[in-house]
Amino acid sequence: MGKVVLVTGVARHLGGRFVRRVQRDPDVERVVGVDAVAPEHHLGGADFVQADIRQSAIGRVLAETRADTVVHLDVTGTPLGSGSRTSVKETNVIGTMQLLGACQKSPTVRRLVVKSSTNVYGSAPRDPAVCTETTAPKSLPSGGFAKDAVEVEGYVRGFARRRPDVSVTVLRFANILGPAADTPLASYFALPVLPTVFGYDPRLQFVHEDDVIEVLRVCAHEPRRGTLNSGTFNIAGDGVLLLSQCSRRLGRPTVPLLLPAVTWAGSLVRTLGMTDFSPEQIRLLTHGRVVDTTQMRETLGFTPTYSTAGAFADFARGRDAGLLPPEALAGAVDRIAELSLRGSGHLPTQSAN
Amino acid sequence: MADAKVIPFDDDRSRGNRRRTKAESAPAGEVQPLPLRGAAASEDDREDDREEDPVTPPAAPGPQTAAGDDGDGDGAGDGGLERRVAAGLSFLRRRLTGDYEVDDFGYDAELTDQVLMSLLRPVYEKYFRVEVKGVENIPAEGGALIVANHSGTLPLDGLMMQVAVHDHHPADRHLRLLAADLVFVLPVVNELARKLGHTLACAEDAERLLAQGELVGVMPEGFKGIGKPFGERYKLQRFGRGGFVSTALRQRAPIVPCSIVGAEEIYPMIGNSKTLARLLGFPYFPLTPTFPWLGPLGAVPLPTKWTIQFGEPIPTDGYAPEAAEDPVLMFNLTDQVREQIQHTLYKLLVQRRSVFF
Repeated sequence: MGKVVLVTGVARHLGGRFVRRVQRDPDVERVVGVDAVAPEHHLGGADFVQADIRQSAIGRVLAETRADTVVHLDVTGTPLGSGSRTSVKETNVIGTMQLLGACQKSPTVRRLVVKSSTNVYGSAPRDPAVCTETTAPKSLPSGGFAKDAVEVEGYVRGFARRRPDVSVTVLRFANILGPAADTPLASYFALPVLPTVFGYDPRLQFVHEDDVIEVLRVCAHEPRRGTLNSGTFNIAGDGVLLLSQCSRRLGRPTVPLLLPAVTWAGSLVRTLGMTDFSPEQIRLLTHGRVVDTTQMRETLGFTPTYSTAGAFADFARGRDAGLLPPEALAGAVDRIAELSLRGSGHLPTQSAN
Repeated sequence: MADAKVIPFDDDRSRGNRRRTKAESAPAGEVQPLPLRGAAASEDDREDDREEDPVTPPAAPGPQTAAGDDGDGDGAGDGGLERRVAAGLSFLRRRLTGDYEVDDFGYDAELTDQVLMSLLRPVYEKYFRVEVKGVENIPAEGGALIVANHSGTLPLDGLMMQVAVHDHHPADRHLRLLAADLVFVLPVVNELARKLGHTLACAEDAERLLAQGELVGVMPEGFKGIGKPFGERYKLQRFGRGGFVSTALRQRAPIVPCSIVGAEEIYPMIGNSKTLARLLGFPYFPLTPTFPWLGPLGAVPLPTKWTIQFGEPIPTDGYAPEAAEDPVLMFNLTDQVREQIQHTLYKLLVQRRSVFF
């Protein structure tokens, strides 16, 4: 029996990639992509239905396509094109409610996969150093995408209670990076000089786009033997990078600013509408966040191919060199090493004289 | 990149407890050449290569090499210098290009070993002249929980305990301290604490570290111990709710009691300005005979003589798994640890000749 997979948010880079990938799976008969706007990239022959998930039309799409697997990727922090924060929030929250309502009525849906984010843990100095799936955040995210994600997860839990026959997977992704990532963090790392918060060196975790696509595939199919793919999972690459390490590996100098100045500048930039440097982003870049991925490995049976450092290296390769390229710095140090070796080579003669 | 700079030891001594922040921000110009004759020539050669290069591996303290030079002659001394310069430069290279590893807690083993420990070591060896006893009581492998008394207004005792384990334990174990949440709120302090391998004093972090087989240090008295008035010195305060015992029981890690003598007198706290403390958001604001009256100079700790004694480990693997939920057992074990530390404190105090010698 062939599967019908319905994917939301396909106009985005990640959604498009997932649609193209999941079509190639042998047991998938049909893939239906849904988004409010037509995607600029091709979907590899998948059907595209232009529907806004904030409207009840999504229910009709679900009924007509008789989808049995729903992959909800339209939970994002940034607007597509020139949208406002309000529309993003509506898509995240109202869109999820509509989609879940449609799923609840649909007799065919067997599996639901929802993209969430480790943003739900917030970022506070009083949090444990490593968050597990059961860690309750000390300070709930007050707004922005993090709050959306918390609310989305709340609705998904409600849906899972009402439809116990549907296998529900919530994937909490760490910051997604890849050669073509378009996340707020990626645009932060694209700045020529990175503003940082003075006196804080946050621990960051990344997950590579390829691994995101792969783990979504794992969850969209029947679980492999000995694994369980319903529930909530943290998805992140191995290891941790400090922001200072990131900036040095990218070769971009940092400008440490005092926390009040950063908060103020962030709100100024936001008001002017230049970039979406949200408060939660500042909190992440102040206190950092690390999640535990034991459940991902042991229960879900998924091992990411890229570590945090690997994902970051792949991301850095796709960017132009910064003002202080690490290769140049390493070369300079090597030159000093040569000089000092020559210098110390003179020493014995001198002391003999 | 300031963390790659190494400040010579003798400079730190005068700076006392301010050494960490000051030393980090001190200009590289202050760095003096190594105490090796003839090094000046190579120093001149390197003038043009900015000031970052007098970085030498800090693990090799000056006096030792100087002593070695007299016997071995120049050749050996040069080889040592060369090797150290090479090691220092490769360290600098790794730091500048971000090519080093930190663990999930942000512990930067390389930075701690090469830089931060050598900044603390002079304070440990020369200023407080710490004497370590019973280091063999710390297991050579596997998780263990070191429980110590806490005193001294500023948590220097924790740092000295970390140096003691780092420098004296034969198995090169690293102590991972559990610190108050205030540490992780303060800028600079939180960054250094994370890099030194400290983490928040909560059951989750402690259990995770013990499960990884790390040596975890905790001071259950917390602010009650560190911020107690001078008159109550060496009187152990309440040991929290005994959370450390249930953590150790759950991970079946032995508890090593540790008594620290000498830290109580570094800042004799004769008063506590509650208004200022509330204003600044600190749990207490110490008034000592010198602080804040003499300004930053008053913040220099008194050069007391310290003794750190690690006691016999208390095994926890003999208890049933549900023992961690048993409050009676937990209180009993907590009392046992507390008593042992208190008794050792009294014993060490009797043996002590004077506060300063």
